[in-house]
Amino acid sequence: MKRTLWIWAGAALAAGCVAAAWMLQPSIAAVAPPSPADFEPAAIARGARVVAQGDCMVCHTAKGGEPYSGGLALRTPFGTIYTTNITPDAATGIGGWSLAAFKRALRHGVSRDGHLLYPAFPYIHYTRMSTADIADAYAYLMTRAPVAATAPHNELIFPLGFRPLLAGWNLLYLRPGPKPDDAAQGAEWNRGRYLVDGAGHCASCHSTLDPIGGERSPAFSGGHIDGWDAPALTALLQAPRPWTRAQLALYLRHGWSPDHGAAAGPMGPVTHSLSQVPAEDTEAMATYLMSLQTPAATPATPAPPAGQQSAQVLQGRTLFNGACASCHGVAAPMMAAGGRPPLSLGSAVAGASPDNLIQTMLNGIPWTHPQPATFMPAFAASLNDAQIASIAAYLRADVGRRPAWSGLEKRVADLRKENQP
Amino acid sequence: MNTLTVNGIRHTLDLDPSTPLLYALRNQLELNGAKFGCGLGQCGACTVLLDDQPVFGCLTPMAACEGRRVRTIESLGDADDPGPLQAAFIKHQAAQCGYCIAGMVMRAQALLEQNPQPTETQIREHMEPNLCRCGTHMRIIAAIREAALSRQVKPRSKP
Repeated sequence: MKRTLWIWAGAALAAGCVAAAWMLQPSIAAVAPPSPADFEPAAIARGARVVAQGDCMVCHTAKGGEPYSGGLALRTPFGTIYTTNITPDAATGIGGWSLAAFKRALRHGVSRDGHLLYPAFPYIHYTRMSTADIADAYAYLMTRAPVAATAPHNELIFPLGFRPLLAGWNLLYLRPGPKPDDAAQGAEWNRGRYLVDGAGHCASCHSTLDPIGGERSPAFSGGHIDGWDAPALTALLQAPRPWTRAQLALYLRHGWSPDHGAAAGPMGPVTHSLSQVPAEDTEAMATYLMSLQTPAATPATPAPPAGQQSAQVLQGRTLFNGACASCHGVAAPMMAAGGRPPLSLGSAVAGASPDNLIQTMLNGIPWTHPQPATFMPAFAASLNDAQIASIAAYLRADVGRRPAWSGLEKRVADLRKENQP
Repeated sequence: MNTLTVNGIRHTLDLDPSTPLLYALRNQLELNGAKFGCGLGQCGACTVLLDDQPVFGCLTPMAACEGRRVRTIESLGDADDPGPLQAAFIKHQAAQCGYCIAGMVMRAQALLEQNPQPTETQIREHMEPNLCRCGTHMRIIAAIREAALSRQVKPRSKP
C-alpha cells in the first residue's frame, strides 16, 4: 500500500517536472538599452513601415498617452488586459530587451523574463514575420523616446492569472515560424498573404473566436470586436457594389472607398496606420484578400420589401430628416462635395447585423485622423434607444432595401451597455 | 402637435416633427441664446441640454424631445442675475464676438453638474466638440475652472 503511494507520488513529480519544463521558459538576460547609433538609419526607416503594417501603436497607446507606452485596456471575454509599454525604457518598457528576446516574444509569445504573454498580443500571427522584418521593427521601436509607464494589473477571470496555462493554448493555436511562399501563386499574392496573415494580423478581428479565444477555421469568416462587427473578408463580392482589388487597396490606405463608405470603429485606426505604408503593401494585401472570395450566394440587390411601412420605419424617417439629413440627405451639400457614397452602399446598412450602424449613431466618428470626410457627431445623448432603433429600421428598409433586422431596440440598449467604460 | 418641455415649462407647438429643436427654441419660443452655427453638429454654437446631457440643437429633431427635458442658457440666469458659470465667463471676458458662448456655457454646465471638480484635462476633453473661432478657448477654460472652484454650480442629484 505504502509502496503504491510512493510510485504514484514519483510519477506525479515526474509529470510535474515535464509540464514545468514545457510551461516555463528561461529568462533572457537584460541588456543595456541600445543607443540610436547602434542601428542603421535605413533599418529604422524599414522598421517604421513594419510597425505600421503591424498596427502596433493602436493597441500599445492608451487614450491620451504617449505613443507605444501601453496601458490601453483590451476588454476580452476573459477579463481586461492592459497593453504593455514597448518604448525602450529600461525599467518599465523593453529597453532591456535584446533582439533575441524581442524575436522570441513575436515568434513564441514569451516575455523577456520567461513569462508567457496573453494571446491578445497576436503572436500567432507575428510569428509569420521574417527575421529581417522583426529586426527592423526592433530597430524602430528601440529608437523611440523612452517613456516610464507601467500598465495597470490585468483583471482576468480565475484561473487565467496563472500564465503557464497558456502553454496549453499555444499547443493548440501557435504554429511558430514563417510560412514558405506558395509556388503556385505570384509574388504579389505571396507578399499579400505574408502581410495579411503576419504583421497585419487581420484574422485577429475578422475571424470568429472559439470559447477559449482561438481563431476558428476557416479564417476571415467575420468576428466581433469592441462591440463592432468585423465583417467577413470572404464575402466582399456580396456587398451592394462588389469590392474590387483597387477599391480595397484604396480603402486600406485611405480609410474610405467611394463605392462603400468610410472605415469606422476599430477599423478606423487600422487604416490610419496603413496610411503610412507604401501603396504596394496595401495593393498586395488587396490581391491576397480578393483571392479568398466566395462567389456571391445572394443577389447583390434584393428587391424592396413590399407592403405597408411600419410605424417604426415612419418614425425613423422623421427622425432621420431632423437629425441626419443635413449631411446624409440626397440633396445635402455634404453629399455633393467629395462624392460621398449613399448610405445604401455601406456595410453598416447593407450588412447582416445592425451593430455597426447602431455604434456609428451612438458614438459618431471622432476626429482622430487627419483624413477629411470621416467626421460624424455622436447621437448617444440626443437619441434614445427606441429612436436609434427606428432610424436603423428606416435606413434598412427604405434606403438599404434589405430584409428587416429584428430586436433592434434591445440591441441598441445592449451596445450602449457594452460601450460603458 | 408636439409638446416640448423647456426650462421647466411645457409648450405645445404645431411643427413638423422633423424640425430641429434649435429652430423651435429660437423661432417659436424666442429663446435666442442658442445660435445656429454650422447646422452639421460640428461647431457646438447650438448646444443645449436634453435630459441633462449636452446635445446639438441643430441635429436634434422635435420628435426626439417628446417627454424629455430641455434646458437652455436662459435657465441659468440673466444679465442682472447671472448664474455661476455666466458670472465666471463675464469675469474672465471669455466672450469676444460671443456667438459660441451660449453653447460653451451649456456644455460646461453639464460637466460641472456631473463632475463638480474636473481636472484641466477633463475640461478640455469635455469641451472638445465646441469651437470658438475668435480663439478665446484659454479664457473659456479659465472661466470653467473658476466656476468649478467656487463650487456654486449645483451638482446633479443621482437618479
